[in-house]
Amino acid sequence: MTTLQLFFAYFAGMIIVLSILVVTRKNPVHSVMWMLVLFVHIAALYLFLNAEFLAAIQIIVYAGAILVLFLFVIMLLNLRNEETERKFQRQWPIGVIIGVVFMAFLVMILGEITVVPRLGKYSVEFIQSEGNLMTIGKILYTEYLLPFEIASLILLVAIIGAVLLSKKKIK
Amino acid sequence: MVPLNWYILLSAVVFSIGVVGFLTRRNLIIIFISIELMLNAVNISLVAFSHYLQSIKGQILVFFIIAVAAAEAAIGLAILIVFYRNKPTIKVDEIDLLKG
Repeated sequence: MTTLQLFFAYFAGMIIVLSILVVTRKNPVHSVMWMLVLFVHIAALYLFLNAEFLAAIQIIVYAGAILVLFLFVIMLLNLRNEETERKFQRQWPIGVIIGVVFMAFLVMILGEITVVPRLGKYSVEFIQSEGNLMTIGKILYTEYLLPFEIASLILLVAIIGAVLLSKKKIK
Repeated sequence: MVPLNWYILLSAVVFSIGVVGFLTRRNLIIIFISIELMLNAVNISLVAFSHYLQSIKGQILVFFIIAVAAAEAAIGLAILIVFYRNKPTIKVDEIDLLKG
């Protein structure tokens, strides 16, 4: 195992352990805290793959905006953490069996595929010569301009919808 | 050199952990968190493919997936707040009436 593979094994193992922790905590605030650590590890994984812009965006948007939104909503709802409450649904064994079978299928099928590393235009040297941000920026504003504008429209609709939905009705 | 299969397997495992969390938890907030976990698993897979096939399209798609996931989380939580005013519970097995 080279050093790179060792570091990847650490990040991958931590991501799996953290995702199990996120999903199984009784207190939703604990889940959100573990999710924060999980997102930082995923951002580190993006750094492995020479996607520095995406790593920064992952931390800024996910850990900085979406998690804070979750925490605000948890605070707004004012949940009480009762000790005797069940946290899993009554049919949780079926869910676990479905998940394990699904994971077994995915691992068996996806472990067998071999992807031939194709030589495309955006090799590591090409991206590193201009920087990841410049490369993505050039593509986003020329070839993918329409999805970019539509994404901004989606965010506008989300803002308006969230504000409208959470207003108190003035009778 | 980390083989591509390791990234894909990691993405598959995290995705199925998200699926298990979505199917088995009662708390609606944890269900939303499992949705974000599934989206992140797909993001890992896309960025890994983008790196190994030397294309930039994977990273562009991840950019849009992160934006849409943020919008969807905002709207979903707003709907949750509106529903909480109707019936003050967030456990999914207590939300069992179509009438508020």
